[in-house]
Amino acid sequence: MLKILKYSFYDLMRSRWSYVYFAFYLLLGIVLLFLNNDLSKAVITLMNVIIVLVPLIGTIFGVMYYYNSKEFTELLLAQPLKRSSIFLGQYLGVAISLSMSLVLGLGIPFIFYGLFKSTAIWDFSLLLITGAFLTFIFSALAFNIALSNENKIKGFGYAILLWLFLAIIYDGIFLMSLILFEDYPLDKLSLIGTMLNPIDLSRTLILLKLDISALLGYTGAIFKQFFGTNFGLIVSIAMLTVWVLMPVFRIIFKSKKKDF
Amino acid sequence: MVSIQNLHKKFGKNQVLSGLDLEISEGGIFAVLGPNGSGKTTLIKCLLGMVIPNKGSISVMGENVKNGSAYRHKIDYLPQIANFPSNLKVKELIKMIKDLRGNTTLDQELISLFKLEPFLDKKLGNLSGGTKQKVNLVLTFMFNSPLVILDEPTSGLDPISLLRLKKLIQAEKDKGKTILITSHIMSFVEEISDEIVFLLEGKIYFKGSINELKNKTNQPDFEHAIASILTDNHA
Repeated sequence: MLKILKYSFYDLMRSRWSYVYFAFYLLLGIVLLFLNNDLSKAVITLMNVIIVLVPLIGTIFGVMYYYNSKEFTELLLAQPLKRSSIFLGQYLGVAISLSMSLVLGLGIPFIFYGLFKSTAIWDFSLLLITGAFLTFIFSALAFNIALSNENKIKGFGYAILLWLFLAIIYDGIFLMSLILFEDYPLDKLSLIGTMLNPIDLSRTLILLKLDISALLGYTGAIFKQFFGTNFGLIVSIAMLTVWVLMPVFRIIFKSKKKDF
Repeated sequence: MVSIQNLHKKFGKNQVLSGLDLEISEGGIFAVLGPNGSGKTTLIKCLLGMVIPNKGSISVMGENVKNGSAYRHKIDYLPQIANFPSNLKVKELIKMIKDLRGNTTLDQELISLFKLEPFLDKKLGNLSGGTKQKVNLVLTFMFNSPLVILDEPTSGLDPISLLRLKKLIQAEKDKGKTILITSHIMSFVEEISDEIVFLLEGKIYFKGSINELKNKTNQPDFEHAIASILTDNHA
């Protein structure tokens, strides 16, 4: 698996898109920091960008990479290699190179800004960690979609729909249900609802870390009580890990049964 | 060498292989023929473990295909369509496959046989179809495995390379290897194969030498013999 990972990673590192993605974050980081001059505001703006953009790029890149390397995958399948190591290697190659673009692209301007001397380092690290988690989650979901759909157009369609659902529609439904059932106690429901969507989970995690939960009212207080503690942090990270592992196991399972 | 029993494969509603039995003995060149959609590529992909059969068993040199991937060390496979990662150089691809499969020194010989030296530093995305096929051939033959499977090996090759390929296949046969070929070019098949396996509707319709086929169908030449099978069966 490590060999496949190595080659997928090199292949991606050489492609123009990794540089574009890296340069985008570099520019974003520089602009936000040096024009804004307020570190925690910069982190919030970054969060808003990351929470929407990272899943989108992860999904599109994952699907694109799978379909583009299809013939090459067939070449590998005829070699004495295990199927699970071929697909896991490719998946990790995509996820690691995307996470690297993110972490380096945002990290470099922040280091120059003097991050290590500031108190925002933990908020910022949490931002990068959740960004990396989201990359791993969404590229794994994208590989799942691509493995299940031979048709490229269908695969892309489902991938975009998945992103749209988790990034936008889910919030809408969530909010509607909160308004609809506002007469009932909803704190547990909203906690669970947040846990079930990796994008919401990441957003809540960062917001509460930034100590602006007062803006969120009563629910915010409950959330703060939960997410703000170490227990909440551990549960959230565990939940994000589950979100990575589930699709990864499905990749292994699905790839074993697929015809090429 | 290869033994296949009662092989069934269905893609959706499309029954491609229905109870295929085949024994291939060691040494010699076997051509797998059949009309479009008769299951040639599916059969080969089942052998390689790329397609998972619904029913039946396949063993290659006594090893069941289902038990892991190690048996593929004994198989060299030339796929029908040669599409490689376009960012890689030819040299790097060869190095990479060697890294994945184990080292070999035969690649230099094959590169000079197909006159690929000027292309070694070029990216695979910039090569012509025929040159890609030559790279494909180098990758296939450089491991010296006892079983060689070639899916449409002639596609895109110029006449000189075709001659070199024929010589190469003969040389491999003389080393005692078993070679499995699919092709639609009948003159090529007639020239090189020792035995043919004719697939029709997911089963073996005929297995034997070309002369036996001519006698069976009462046709003077190979091409007409094949054509008569197809017209008799309305395929």
